[in-house]
Amino acid sequence: MTPPDPTRPDPARLDLTGLEVRPSQVWGAVRLVPLVRDEPVEDLRLHARLYDDATIPVEVRPRHAYVSYVPHGFVATWTGDGTPAAAYGTQMPTDGDSAPLATTGLRFHRRTARREAKRRLRFLPLHLALEGYLALHFGGPSIAWEEWSQRAIRRGLSPRTEEAYLGTEVRGLADALRVFEIHPGQCGVLLYVADALAAAFAVPHPDDYRALHPTLLQDLFGELIHHYATLMPPVPDFRARVDDARIRSLAELRTAVADQEDAWARFHDTTMAGGLLDHAYTWRTVHRAGRFTLSRFLPVFRPKEENHIGEAITDEGGRIVYLKTFRLSESQVRRGHLLDRLAAHDWHLADTAAGLGVTEAQLGLRLESAGFGHLLRQDVLDGYRSR
Amino acid sequence: MDAYGDLVAAEDVLLFVNAAITSTGQREFHGDADEQRLSLDFLHAYVLGNYRDLYAGVLALDINDHNAVLVIRRLLETAGEATAEQRRREGRLIACRLATLPPHRVYGLFDALRRAGVNNRRCRAIMRDWLSARPDPAFDAVKYRNGLKRALRHAHLAPADEELGAFLFAPATRKRYATPLLETWRRAHHEQAALYELPYTVAEGFAARHGIPREVFLERIAPRMTRLETLRLQDSAHRHGASRVRADLAGMPLTRLAAYVLSLPVEDRLRRRAELTRALESAAGRVAGPHRGSWGEVTAVLDDSFSASGSAHKRRRPLAVALACHYLLAALAGRYTGLWTSGRTDALLARPYGPTPLGRRILDALDTAPSRLVIVSDGWDNAPPGLAAEVLRIWRTRLDPGRRTGVVHVNPVYDAAGFDVRRLSPTVPAVGIRDAEDLPALVELAQFAEGRTGLAELTAYLDARAARMLSDHDRERAR
Repeated sequence: MTPPDPTRPDPARLDLTGLEVRPSQVWGAVRLVPLVRDEPVEDLRLHARLYDDATIPVEVRPRHAYVSYVPHGFVATWTGDGTPAAAYGTQMPTDGDSAPLATTGLRFHRRTARREAKRRLRFLPLHLALEGYLALHFGGPSIAWEEWSQRAIRRGLSPRTEEAYLGTEVRGLADALRVFEIHPGQCGVLLYVADALAAAFAVPHPDDYRALHPTLLQDLFGELIHHYATLMPPVPDFRARVDDARIRSLAELRTAVADQEDAWARFHDTTMAGGLLDHAYTWRTVHRAGRFTLSRFLPVFRPKEENHIGEAITDEGGRIVYLKTFRLSESQVRRGHLLDRLAAHDWHLADTAAGLGVTEAQLGLRLESAGFGHLLRQDVLDGYRSR
Repeated sequence: MDAYGDLVAAEDVLLFVNAAITSTGQREFHGDADEQRLSLDFLHAYVLGNYRDLYAGVLALDINDHNAVLVIRRLLETAGEATAEQRRREGRLIACRLATLPPHRVYGLFDALRRAGVNNRRCRAIMRDWLSARPDPAFDAVKYRNGLKRALRHAHLAPADEELGAFLFAPATRKRYATPLLETWRRAHHEQAALYELPYTVAEGFAARHGIPREVFLERIAPRMTRLETLRLQDSAHRHGASRVRADLAGMPLTRLAAYVLSLPVEDRLRRRAELTRALESAAGRVAGPHRGSWGEVTAVLDDSFSASGSAHKRRRPLAVALACHYLLAALAGRYTGLWTSGRTDALLARPYGPTPLGRRILDALDTAPSRLVIVSDGWDNAPPGLAAEVLRIWRTRLDPGRRTGVVHVNPVYDAAGFDVRRLSPTVPAVGIRDAEDLPALVELAQFAEGRTGLAELTAYLDARAARMLSDHDRERAR
């Protein structure tokens, strides 16, 4: 897969160099597009650690636990000298400071990404990115304009919960993953539901992919994807088509076949995955380890368009080694857009409204319908309603 | 019937034949058991309702046991709808087919008839004839006790002799039996040594009752196991430490043998390479028989993609069929090339992995300029989808309009949604396959699947096959 200009990739974009597209496999409304690496990345290995209990409160700061579903915790192993890192298997974390509350039977994770042992990093994928999205304007209004409620000023946007569906609830996904035929050297997959890109997933090594392929079922998917999977009819295969008029020998047929394969890759990269690859993202580095950087990225929140958030591990050249994305639903995009605009105008309602081309009252009502009603003072909100 | 109707009828019957060869009502890789059964039930009802003669005639083809039982059952259930002439022909076909079915299937069928309340005179006569042809009534009474009991009761038949009647219906009334096997069965209740003279399945129950350790039991029952029981239990017996359970691969049927080879871990296959290869080749040689080397230049495209792993019910079945076909075609052909979709060259180490780039592989196969191209695949061409169809279409229309190369696609998997095996292309005939041993007969059948031969030829073919089966059966009985 190549970005629009392969010689000088835009650092703010996703650069999937080294991952090649192979023909898609369709099951019902789900389309899986395999990504194959010519050379696996040997010095970064990922491993799934599945938790038996479905809901684990993640303690982000003391006494500030909030409930979020955490499907996996991955362990990243890397070696400094480039030799293959040993697989970890299913081991329990050897952390002494996670303060398990044995009495309630719950495990608390102090931070979502942190050093565990010297050469190990545990992080909770997607959860990271969701947190990033939610924490975008974590502090709430930066200037205490009088319209904002006391609660908004004191506690910011907390409680910060977002809804997502477990992969098992996405209709047809379980079967699609079961019957999918993994390509040799496959290191990733792009998952489409009703031909809307639902998630991109890439790992450094084919062995990791084989281990993690079934865990896609335990990932998070936005409500849009859930609805599409439930409501949409099966999507068609992109069947190969060869023009027979100009073929006079087997060699020519062979060339035509190769053209077909190229045509699919081109079509996919420019059209189907365009919503993911053509846009710039805001990146934030979370952790650095050896030559790898773990970061998360946010879109620019374009309403009524495809918006993906995600997390990625990149090597020193900025190439994607690990990638996981989550497609925001329409309402999530709207909320992100509103917060984005508010922040751009220092949380001043009148200015923001002017910037969006609406009246202040309309903006207030939009905030309310987006689920941010509690941020506004009650009497101000009532005033907007009566106007 | 007009010509168009003829074509439709021929097509209907052929897709039913494909279904009856491949589907066993069990889970497949892509579809579950319910889908398979529902789809199969519909086909049976449809073909029986519209083409009763052909439906009965299908019994003479290599349809699998599951479907043979279903066909017989439906024919007997609807005997009232048939004319006297039809009933006579059906009766002979049924008797003939029952003789080749494994006994537990037949007892299962009798039980299904009992549950369905089918008890007409013809049905009773068929049961009577089949039971009287059994070689050893005492053996059946011990091994298929309940089946035999219910069959006798349902068909109002008297047991072969008075002692057998007592054994089945009032075992407590006898102090001892004159028939040795029945006496052994009686003694096995009290005496551990006696149970080792019983059939394996019966002895297993007694062993559990006496609390005999598994390894001791397996070690001593080994001589009483049937060939397939030995093959099935060999590995688990070795894990238990019973070394006398050792399957003799020499006489094993080809597809069964291929499935066994695929069940072995790669290290074992490497270690026993010579033995396994020899067994597969000799099994293939037996099947090929007089046709050995008569097929000319053959190239096969064999599917070892992940979908060839089958399901929990039919583990690696499609791959086993492909592997068996590989060895059979090598025996049948003068010059043979086998191409696996994964690109592997060592057939013995086949394992289901990766996508299905059938289009590319077919191109490679056509490069070898074969006189006959055989494709063994479940028809899920996905890398890229539809390429195999395009390659075959262009080959047929542009590059080989004179049909120098005969192409046939054999498919081991029934596609429940399509009521047929999945086709690669309308230009290439697709036939279902259950056991690789049937391949020569299926290639014969494939000529009808091209959609150019009509109903008359097909009916003639079915009649010929039926006549062959009946005469074989009569000769067998005369001996």
